[in-house]
Formats: sequence, C-alpha cells, structure tokens
Amino acid sequence: MPAIKDYIPIVGQDTIDELYLLTEKFGNRIVQNINSTSVGGGVAEILMRMIPLLKDLGADVRWDVIKGDEKFFNITKKIHNALHGVTVELTEQDLEYFLFINELKRKEINFYGDIIFIHDPQPVALINTKNEIGKKWIWRCHIDFTEPQSYIIQFLESYINKYDRAVFSAPSFARKLNIPQVLISPSIDPLSDKNKELPDDVISKVLEQFSIDKSRPLITQISRFDYLKDPLGVIKAYNKVKQYIDCQLVLAGGGATDDPEGMEVLKEVKNAAADNPDIHIIFLPPASDIEINALQRASTVVLQKSLKEGFGLTVAEALWKAKPVIASAVGGIPLQITHKYSGILTYSIDGTAYYLKQLLNEPEYAKKLGENGRRHIKNNFLITRHIRDYLLLFLSLFYEEDVVYL
Amino acid sequence: MVEPFQFKTSLRLIQLLGIKAKTLQELLDNIKIVPTSSIYYHTHRLLYQQFLLYPEPPNDFAYWISQSLNIKDLGEAVASINIIHFRNIETLRKQLIKIISDYIVAEKPNGIVLEGQEFHFMKCQTFILPTAFKASSVDELCEVLKRISLPSLYFHFIESRLRLNNSENDFSRWLFDLGEKKVAIEIARLDPYTITLEGLRHKLIATIKKYASH
Repeated sequence: MPAIKDYIPIVGQDTIDELYLLTEKFGNRIVQNINSTSVGGGVAEILMRMIPLLKDLGADVRWDVIKGDEKFFNITKKIHNALHGVTVELTEQDLEYFLFINELKRKEINFYGDIIFIHDPQPVALINTKNEIGKKWIWRCHIDFTEPQSYIIQFLESYINKYDRAVFSAPSFARKLNIPQVLISPSIDPLSDKNKELPDDVISKVLEQFSIDKSRPLITQISRFDYLKDPLGVIKAYNKVKQYIDCQLVLAGGGATDDPEGMEVLKEVKNAAADNPDIHIIFLPPASDIEINALQRASTVVLQKSLKEGFGLTVAEALWKAKPVIASAVGGIPLQITHKYSGILTYSIDGTAYYLKQLLNEPEYAKKLGENGRRHIKNNFLITRHIRDYLLLFLSLFYEEDVVYL
Repeated sequence: MVEPFQFKTSLRLIQLLGIKAKTLQELLDNIKIVPTSSIYYHTHRLLYQQFLLYPEPPNDFAYWISQSLNIKDLGEAVASINIIHFRNIETLRKQLIKIISDYIVAEKPNGIVLEGQEFHFMKCQTFILPTAFKASSVDELCEVLKRISLPSLYFHFIESRLRLNNSENDFSRWLFDLGEKKVAIEIARLDPYTITLEGLRHKLIATIKKYASH
C-alpha cells in the first residue's frame, strides 16, 4: 500500500501539507464507515484505498461491513435498480425484510464512532440508532439518483432526512431534503494496481492471455455485467464499426457479491457475441486490477456506454491513462468529460458508432482528447482531492457558518 | 509596527441546494433567493478550479445561458460582467438580476432546456487555513509569492476582497500599511478575472518589483 508521501511527486507538497493540517484540525475523533460489501464494486474499492491513507495522515478512520443473506441482497439490488429509474417489482414484504435485516444489524453493531458514515441504501435504516446514541451521521449515496421511482425515494427519504448530511456524487442527484447535501465526486488512485504505470511486457502478456491481437485497434469497455452498463448496446455499436474498420472489442468486468443479476447478463452477452472471434467477453475474478489496467492501456478507444451510472470511475481510469473515451452523458460522466475537449459524450448506439469510427480514423485528434482528459483527472479526480473533501465534510459537521477560520 | 503578512489558503466544500432551473425565468427567480454563498460559488468556481484554459465562459450562469438555453447574446452579457468593479457579492447579485430581468422584458424568451441540462444551484462552505509562510518585508513578500499555492493566491487576491467584504485585496492593504502606497495602488488595479492564476502570480511579482521603493 502506498504511503501519503508517495503522492507528493504527483500532486505536490502543498496538497499533502494541507491534508496534514486538516487532519490535525479534525483531532482524534473516530470516523466509522459502514457498508454492505468488502469486495467488488466501486464503494469497497475506494474505502480500501482511502482508509489506509487517512490513517497515515493521523486520522482515526475505521470500516465495518454488514453482512446480509441472498434474499436481502436480491431486495437491495431491486432498490438499486428502482433508484436508477428501472421499473421493478418491490413488494411491501420486500421492504419489511429489508428493514428487518437493518434492525437486526443495528442491534449487533457496536457504534463506536464519533461520526457514523453510512454508504449506499443497504444500511440506510441504521440511522434509527441516532435517537438512542446521538453522534454525527452521514449518508453517502454512490448511486445515480436522477430519476428514481417515486415510491422508493419516498421510502428512503424518511431515513435520509434523519442524517446530519447527505453526500452525492453529481449535482443532478440533489433532492429537496431537510438536511444539507454535499457534493463529493469519487476518485481514482494513481498508485493502485489498476492505475499505476505498467511495463510493456506486462501489457503484452495480458493481451496474449486473452488472445487479443496487438496489431489491430482495440475497443474496450470495462464494467460489471449489468444491463445498466448496456453491454449489448456496445456490441451493436461495435458491429456497425466493424463493417468499415478491422478492429476488436473487449467487454471485461467482474461482479460484486451484492449483484446476483450479473451471471444472467453475462450469459446474454456471450450469446450476442457468439459468432464473432474478435469480440472478447472476459469475466474477471476479484483482484484482476493489473489485467484491467493492461486492457485499458492497450486500448485504442475506451467506451463507457452506460444507461445509468453512479459516477463512472472507469471513465476516470481510462482518462488518467490518456486514452480517448466515448461515454454516455449520464450520472457523473459529464463531470469528467467536456464533449470534444476531453472525450466524447454520446446518447445512442448510432452516435457511439459514429464517434468510434472518427476516433479510430483520426488518431491525432483521439490523442489530444486523451491528453486533455488526463490533465482534467489530475486536477479534479485523484484520491488526494477525495481525502481533502472527506476531511472537510467531517469538519463541516462541527461548523455551520459559510466561512470557517480553522 | 506592521505585523508580518501571514499567508493563508482556503479550501471549499460544495453543498447542493436541491434547487434547479429549466428556463431563464426560473434561473432569475432562484438567483433572487439563493444564499450569497451560492452567487459567489457560481461566479467564481471556474476561476478557483483554474479552468481558464478550458473553452468556457467564466461563470456558471453565463455558460448555462449560452450552452443549454442557447441564448448567446445574454450569455455573453453575463460572462462579461466586470466582477472586479463590485465590492461585495450582493451588488454583483443585483447586477445579474438586472441584466437577466431586462432581457426577459425585452425578448420574452420561452426556451426550456432538455431533461438533464437543468441548472443546479450549489453553494460552498469555505475553510480558511494558515500556511507556513510569512513575510516581513516587500522582498520577502516577492519571494513567498513565487512559492505559495494557487489557492492561497486566490484567497488573498480574490476571495478576501469580495467574499469577506474587505475593501481591497490583502496584498494591497498590507503594502499600504507598510507605507508602499504606490505599489499598493498598482496591485489593486490588476484584474484577476481575465487572467489565469499563474499569470496573476507573475504580474503581481513584476508589479511589486517595478513600483516598490527598495
């Protein structure tokens, strides 16, 4: 694991000094993070990186996971989809079971933190403990909240409004709540296995491992096998391009332990790609970060054709590697890409195919987009900016005024 | 005896207000009611984030009016508001209201943006921190100016004057107290809204070297 000082060559001494100062002002209060999965998915990934760095700075930040059964995760998956605006059948019994597990966990957990930092909807109802123990409570939403099904948002809001702060990843997720809402974009870690520089021979080895031809252009989408990532739409766009340009497609991703739908999608995607040897469907086990890094670095163009997106960290990862990215204008993606300046924003399969052809045919233009994208990520979406925002968020719980002298 | 100049820096936490606009009228109605810190945020965000290299107008209102509502002339009028002319955010708010109101009366625009392109109102909470740098003389000030972070420069030159309702930028006030009136006045004439922060740093140092009495 990198130490905080290892980031100085990337972001500068000033930035790291500021983090030390903020940590000092925060004092010895304890922050207790709680979420529902320790591996897979963006939330666990970012906590795994951030907590050691916060500790290295001197902050007492800890992490607990609530474990649910399959039935609980099937329900939370439905809640997740309903928040994304998908019509799902979520019964009253489902919500009762959801609350039952929350209540069970609420009684099991030792709430030792001065700040209880709850991530995503799965443990949202743990807030019922606030009446008994007080303390400061933050709810961090990592999901696209733009057009949620109204019944599910009403259900969740009755809990969210009990927190001291709600945190969202993009401005469009803001709602009319009774509590302050903070905007904190997620981030990537430039020193993680997924983003660090890789020697050419490591990249070549990964390409060989998956039988990918190094000599022809490669289009890649890295994401969980999930309908909301639109892998079938990616194959359709690729097929339109393939008629004119000899290129290959990689659809690669893993699955989170709270995502039981994934296998079903993977099967459908494999069927759609069955008769084309240039389409590589790669299901990656956890801890495949080097493989993902290598696939992104080997790509000519990276896609993120999601129908809904929380933030879309894979976009930041590809841009950090100075890759030209074509992505849907959903969730937090427009925060990362300024259209035709630091990438391409699209709204359809046809649009994706059109821009794919353009970038494959105009490598100089594609290169410029990638370079601008990397600079934008460096300034705004690296883990050090995220740590600073979290420290400010923690401090904000103790200062109400708009201008605070620390 | 004038106290040494203590360099500070400011960091910001962004808050979402849950208020959005789909039309110019809605934008105007909300500009009238949002907190002062929201007007400050939307007119200074891009400057603070050093986005001046980006092909975007200098404030969020102008960008949204031009790009989402597609009203180019009003967008340009809002983009070219001379912020350096204003002593506080409330007078800046009044000017924004006047420009947009006049346009609505004259042109009666009826455009509505596409879903997903609404203007989302935000505000910021600013945290001011001391840095390790101090200066006791004009020469020391020049030396430290070469090394401080851009957010620190932003704080003393822009934020302190407009947001904390100080009459001038911090450097001019300190130099004035030090008896360096000529350089204090020349620095106060620099317009930070049409230059990058890095460019401002160079201009500041050059101005001090040119006008300070050594």
